[in-house]
Amino acid sequence: MRYLPHTSEDMASMLQKVGVESLDALFSTIPEDCRRKDDLNLPEPMSEWELNDHMNTLAGTMAVSPEYKVFLGAGSYDHYIPEAIKHLLMRSEVYTAYTPYQPEISQGTLQTIYEYQTLITRLLGMEVANASMYDGASSLAEALLMAIRITRRKKVAVSNAIHPLYRRVVQTYFAPTGYEIVEIPYLANGRTDLSALDNLEELAAVAVQSPNFFGCIEDLKEIGEKVHTAKKTLFVTCFTEPLAYGLLKSPGSLGADIVCGEGQSLGVSRSFGGPGLGIFASLNKYVRNMPGRLIGQTVDKDGKRGFVLTLATREQHIRREKATSNICSNQGLCATAATMYMASLGGTGFRELAGLNRDKAEYLKGELKKVGFTISFDSPTFNEFVAESPAGFETTYKKLLKRKIVAGLSLAPYYPELDDHYLFCVTETSSKEDMDALVKEVTS
Amino acid sequence: MSKEISELNLPDDVKYTDDHEWARLEGENLKIGITDYAQDQLGEIVFVEMPEVGDTLERKEEFGSLESVKAVSEMYMPIGGEIVSINEELGDAPELVNEDPYGKGWIIEIKPGDPTELDSLVNKDAYLEMLKGLE
Repeated sequence: MRYLPHTSEDMASMLQKVGVESLDALFSTIPEDCRRKDDLNLPEPMSEWELNDHMNTLAGTMAVSPEYKVFLGAGSYDHYIPEAIKHLLMRSEVYTAYTPYQPEISQGTLQTIYEYQTLITRLLGMEVANASMYDGASSLAEALLMAIRITRRKKVAVSNAIHPLYRRVVQTYFAPTGYEIVEIPYLANGRTDLSALDNLEELAAVAVQSPNFFGCIEDLKEIGEKVHTAKKTLFVTCFTEPLAYGLLKSPGSLGADIVCGEGQSLGVSRSFGGPGLGIFASLNKYVRNMPGRLIGQTVDKDGKRGFVLTLATREQHIRREKATSNICSNQGLCATAATMYMASLGGTGFRELAGLNRDKAEYLKGELKKVGFTISFDSPTFNEFVAESPAGFETTYKKLLKRKIVAGLSLAPYYPELDDHYLFCVTETSSKEDMDALVKEVTS
Repeated sequence: MSKEISELNLPDDVKYTDDHEWARLEGENLKIGITDYAQDQLGEIVFVEMPEVGDTLERKEEFGSLESVKAVSEMYMPIGGEIVSINEELGDAPELVNEDPYGKGWIIEIKPGDPTELDSLVNKDAYLEMLKGLE
């Protein structure tokens, strides 16, 4: 984006043109208590050379793959991104495209989103997907609000094995609403404890994540059947690692009503945590309560195929405070990357890659067991798992970091009861040598 | 689209509200729909969102919405009461609201909670006067 500074002469001539004396007078319609009174406390500007040095120093404080071997997932995954995608995304007609506000003139953008929606519905086994949302966490919050709109109930149940930060975002969304969130505990095997679910008839939705935050694969079929013993209650499933569905049965085929999650794994770089890609899909019968934008396919007056923005009458820019959601945008660039990624891999490649992730994670799991780790939960996992460390691992962790190996995520800050437990992630980017180096350091 | 006021079909056997709904007493129940003026202003209706049978709503409370190709508009209860039936046919044929707003395009049927609230509804002439004021 171009930066166009205003000189004081520019400002003076503009102020004169609109007939006000000063900048303060121009802003006088903004309520007093919304205006900043003092100047921003900013450091002196830097020259280009100084700025480059500064950024390099900052970058040096980070542990970044591939320089570091990062066995860290927990919602953000290190996957190879095909060069073709990086190249295509750098085409200006792709990276300058924003969510379409004059939609029908941008047929290319609409077709891309339409193909994105189609691929997502196939991956998740759902009937309809929207044009994407901000990230996995806000998708989950929106899914729960959608369930409340559909059922007109005021309470949702959320598994404690859902990503802790996702649950915090849900709490933030819910705080001003008065709707209630009930937490469902997890079992000794790392899966959600369904026996704790009672009064299903009061609930708008039951939400679980699979694979869950511990990497454990939930029995979605069983949970769905239990949830659907209540006539109206909706089964919401979420995910942080959609690559898992290359191996696992899709949530849609196991009874999910709304499926949501993070799409960063699908060709979007980790970028220190963002931007992400909020994936959102639902059954067709709920489409009018779905948040976000939706692209449809139609024919023009000559019978030629074309793409349109559909159901926009329910969006905020038209329906104002009565809109289904206050999201009025989508993650255009990340959704485009995900579309290219899924199309590049194809169904077969996607399955093979998922298999590789799972097999490598199983290798590390086995090797860690040999050197004194205990696998905390005995449920099946995909590319992440929790292991309880042998005594003294904290020191080893720091030693490993010096050797440019990030040995998982300590769970203690999120689950105090899981002191000394670490969440490990292994993707296709981790080599056998990397894993062996990690294990060797533990034993030395 | 957009009829002249003189072209509007405003039957004598229903009462009207300033939200452009009509209500017709049928036995003890009240059938409710939208007026010819409302359907004409909305244009082609593509979806009708309705309440659930058994819901009890107050006068002026929102009971559903009408989606046209241009906009979504809310519908409000002319008087309070319990929803006893909804027009299921509109699920497949929302255009009935455009084609026959006072007949096959009815939307809900309610059992009035407080029949004295019926006095708040107006007759054809008063509604017509109000429409003229909108011109």
